[in-house]
Amino acid sequence: MMSMPRCLRICGGNDSLRGTDAMPATTMIDAIRDALDVALTDDPTVTVFGQDVGYFGGVFRCTAGLQKKHGIDRCFDTPISELGIVGVAIGMAAYGRKPVVEIQFADYMYPAYDQIVSEAARLRYRTAGEFTCPIVIRMPTGGGIFGAQTHSQSPEALFTHVTGLKVVMPSNPIDAKGLLLSAIDDPDPVIFLEPKRLYNGPFDGHHDRPVSPWRTHPMGEAPLGRYLVPLGQAAIRRKGAALTVLAYGTMVHVALAAVEETAIDAEVIDLRTLLPLDLETIVASVRKTGRCVVVHEATLTSGFGAELAALVQAECFWHLHAPVERVAGWDTPYPHTNEWDYFPGPARVAAACRRVLEVQ
Amino acid sequence: MAARKVPDLPNVSKDDLLKYYREMLLIRRFEEKAGQLYGMGLIGGFCHLYIGQEAVVVGLEAAAEEGDKRITSYRDHGHMLACGMDPKGVMAELTGREGGYSRGKGGSMHMFSKEKHFYGGHGIVGAQVPLGAGLAFSDKYKGNDRVTFTYFGDGAANQGQVYETYNMAELWDLPVIFVIENNQYAMGTSVKRSTKSPTLWQRGAAYGIEGEAVDGMDVLAVKEAGQRAVAHCRAGKGPYILEVMTYRYRGHSMSDPAKYRSREEVQKMREERDAIEHVRDLLMQGGHATDEDLKAIDKEIKAIVNEAAEFAKDSPEPDPAELWTDIYAKVAPQTA
Repeated sequence: MMSMPRCLRICGGNDSLRGTDAMPATTMIDAIRDALDVALTDDPTVTVFGQDVGYFGGVFRCTAGLQKKHGIDRCFDTPISELGIVGVAIGMAAYGRKPVVEIQFADYMYPAYDQIVSEAARLRYRTAGEFTCPIVIRMPTGGGIFGAQTHSQSPEALFTHVTGLKVVMPSNPIDAKGLLLSAIDDPDPVIFLEPKRLYNGPFDGHHDRPVSPWRTHPMGEAPLGRYLVPLGQAAIRRKGAALTVLAYGTMVHVALAAVEETAIDAEVIDLRTLLPLDLETIVASVRKTGRCVVVHEATLTSGFGAELAALVQAECFWHLHAPVERVAGWDTPYPHTNEWDYFPGPARVAAACRRVLEVQ
Repeated sequence: MAARKVPDLPNVSKDDLLKYYREMLLIRRFEEKAGQLYGMGLIGGFCHLYIGQEAVVVGLEAAAEEGDKRITSYRDHGHMLACGMDPKGVMAELTGREGGYSRGKGGSMHMFSKEKHFYGGHGIVGAQVPLGAGLAFSDKYKGNDRVTFTYFGDGAANQGQVYETYNMAELWDLPVIFVIENNQYAMGTSVKRSTKSPTLWQRGAAYGIEGEAVDGMDVLAVKEAGQRAVAHCRAGKGPYILEVMTYRYRGHSMSDPAKYRSREEVQKMREERDAIEHVRDLLMQGGHATDEDLKAIDKEIKAIVNEAAEFAKDSPEPDPAELWTDIYAKVAPQTA
């Protein structure tokens, strides 16, 4: 009855400061901290703030040590005021600074949503380009930690629906660092969603198996110093001919596990950036395979998968052998105890792949 | 070890003192047990313990009457026990079982009881505050004199929605008591690192709301302040703010690196200001109870808590079909 690891640590207990002190980052937490450290070092206008971000070092420890190293002017605590955090960041950004703010959980974003949509995303347009809003809003996202409905959501579609924003979700430490540095360099507002279940290791949806560390994963060790992973560029994680699986964040690992376990020769694409979307890579793959499964953890209806399915059918209609399938969280609140019934794990992804392959 | 100050003997009955002692002890022992179950992996995810703050809810519940409402944040176990909810149902929700108050759907942060007028258990900092005003507004429509205790922390006190609510509550004379449980730390950020306001309750003055600060480690002081607040609201004078100065002994949640305060600071509070020890002293010095009497109460409480823990372990996990219940009035499950 109690096969799942119920006692998963939700906060990173890692204060080693790898990634900041000449040792390559070996977790997603370290990689993100390393990116912030590089940005703070290279660009005197970069400013990092949020709840518990300064003195405490962040609830997931992504900013541990940064205040000590760069000073309280560059990395500091805020009150628990999400709309204030984002609003102040927008003002700073409009007037010469580069704020990188943290919303402690993506689920806490809603009070700030008005600022994100009405101000951050629209400032450039509204001022005919005179003012811009180069901010990055980091948010731990997704479930798998028994956080129930207020600490597990994946709200990416609420952002991809807003013109003017860019939306990024890395799936591993190497990308996390390179994408975050690109996001900070970017002249427009970027929503940077960090799958919290991936902070301390890749997670393929097999919640009943031991957690594996990033250090044994090929994408687990983020190199030292500055490097960029460009926004708007997907990565093919597995080459294949039978069908194309589109995924991002945690679900990249779930999709890879699903196709390996079923020996399906799928091409697995890690989108990395949802806005702007690398449609070219997607279309080339689906035109080659003729079949497509879209996977995300967020709820199904009006999820980002709907956009992907629409684009694939429009761009690849004459190459498709089967309808595009979506595998997503059910249209329910994120459950507490029944978390793994909700989570679209490898079995559900594999079943969708089989269905798509069955169509002649 | 610094000695605690010997309290003056107040004008309070033996029965009341014993009641407060028992209720505070129940919360503490319950929370200690919850901590153990968490360590054993029986409770998953988030779990915010109330240890240290017991006098706040016990004192305010002593000022409440039948039909008064309460609503709070995610550090909610103490509130539920103090308003008389069944420890078994609370513990079983912590373990995510069918026998829990939300049948395993809510977990530690999201529990409710219509019978006890407990409106949750809310996981988003500050989000319960406007709801509390709404509950009070409903009572105003009903034309009764019931009040709503709307609890939030020093962290939530910096949320914008708190001040939108203050303005409306005063504008419409709502019978709501805003209880700021100031335990000094918003997760890892101390009050002095999050505001320059010398007090939190005085912010209400900008909206014309009366209030006061009270020593939250003294259950009798909390009760008296609660009675003043209740009288104010019942008299139709609108909202009232109580800033209750308290302290949490344990981490913000179960995984708290505790690097934001010293061990000595916590130890000093435990030794010099503990609310349960305070009542224990009053009982002993007033000649109201012997060591033996208090040991018997300890035993009784321990039995209640153990029974709750056993229930929470034995109650079955919810059926996967429960995924599809309580979403809309009617819902058709998705399949794939």
